[in-house]
Amino acid sequence: MEKHYTDSQVKGVSTGTTILAAIFDGGVVIGSDSRASIGGEYVSSKTINKVIQVHDRIFCCIAGSLADAQAVTKAAKFHLSFHSVQMENPPLVIAAATVLKELCYKNKEELQAGFITAGWDKKKGPQVYVVSLGGMLISQPVTIGGSGSTYIYGYVDAKYKPNMTREECMQFATNALALAMGRDNVSGGVAHLVVITEAGVEHVVVPGNKLPRFHDE
Amino acid sequence: MALANVLEIPAAGFSFENAPRNAALEGLLDGVQTPKPLKTGTTIAGLVFKDGVVLGADTRATSGEVVADKMCAKIHYISPNIYCCGAGTAADTEKTTDLLSSNLAIFSLNSGRNPRVVMAVNILQDMLYRYHGQIGASLILGGVDCTGNHLYTVGPYGSVNKVPYLAMGSGDLAALGILEDGFKPDLELEEAKELVRASIHAGIMSDLGSGNNIDICVITRKGVDYIRPYQESQYKDSRKLKYKYRPGTTPILTEKVVPLKLEVVHETVQQMDSA
Repeated sequence: MEKHYTDSQVKGVSTGTTILAAIFDGGVVIGSDSRASIGGEYVSSKTINKVIQVHDRIFCCIAGSLADAQAVTKAAKFHLSFHSVQMENPPLVIAAATVLKELCYKNKEELQAGFITAGWDKKKGPQVYVVSLGGMLISQPVTIGGSGSTYIYGYVDAKYKPNMTREECMQFATNALALAMGRDNVSGGVAHLVVITEAGVEHVVVPGNKLPRFHDE
Repeated sequence: MALANVLEIPAAGFSFENAPRNAALEGLLDGVQTPKPLKTGTTIAGLVFKDGVVLGADTRATSGEVVADKMCAKIHYISPNIYCCGAGTAADTEKTTDLLSSNLAIFSLNSGRNPRVVMAVNILQDMLYRYHGQIGASLILGGVDCTGNHLYTVGPYGSVNKVPYLAMGSGDLAALGILEDGFKPDLELEEAKELVRASIHAGIMSDLGSGNNIDICVITRKGVDYIRPYQESQYKDSRKLKYKYRPGTTPILTEKVVPLKLEVVHETVQQMDSA
């Protein structure tokens, strides 16, 4: 195990990733790549799941240390499940984001994990929240994260429009992930997309060879 | 809840109780180094086939450049339907898997159920995460339970991944090459055993830390077949001399037999209530 670890900031398996979420008219799309690496050199998994369901209509994407992210989402799942039993109602998306934020902020010295939480609830409809490394929580209509996100800020700023249709938003998300995976060495594999609406949840997997190709590929 | 207090959560963090004592000892016995943890420098592999899971491992344990154990058992028993291969620090993998095995045995007795692979994985993940990578155990957990055939990897920092095939240890890259090339979903038993054997063999040939024999463990619904060794190393040397002494090597000078006199002082018979 040690031979793979070079001078990466993250100890152990890192998700070195591209994650994103975007609100469309009637729901939200959340997506990620599927590569897990160690030390920025060795791909330890080509099919890691980074889109984790924390409740029926709330998903979150993980970035950073895989061990830390899995531990935090496990705790978050438990808290949300307990919260929804107590309230006798499904939790709000902001509650899920806040649970993650509390865990990240209170343990900021030990943890190296960031999250994008997206979901649908009855009170505010589709929402996207970002919980960054130190525990900041903000709400945005579209957001990207992970090491691969640096390559697609321009694309996202230019191409995102509010109130897109579901198909437009799916295409936007797939293109964004494909562009990031094409430029970032620690992002790759397949594109996992989850579409959350009032009606339900749909998980779409786009294999690497079916991703959109751009002019130089 | 009765089940909850079986799996006691010990105090958080790593215990450094012995650290000052060890430092003092090293100072007293000058020049003498405290023993370094024995690393197994290993190749372990696993794959899911049609009827279950096959796990494989080499049998070499190294301590620096010396082979400390030529017939080390790296496939550990967790429960009747779950086995675990361990790479990393030998003591850590042994102790961690022992702890897991005892906890699951108590759980089975308390709940009357066979443990599921995902439960074993969760317990391991919680424990290894709590120690933040200080426990150097990279584990491959494989088993068959009522929900199907499963293979998981647990890293030393507590990351978990569910996979159809996998290799770990210092020889993992060589073994993974063979697995990537030969793996197909729903292999038959003999093909699966052969693929795992070939991948461990590749690890043994390409990695100095792996070697000697190959152990294979096949887990199916019907039971477990732990084949140790599955393949013996072709480089076994035959000892030229015998180190056993012939009977009669040590001459007997005198012999004195003293019978022990035992007399019955008191006898009681107690009947057991077997109603």
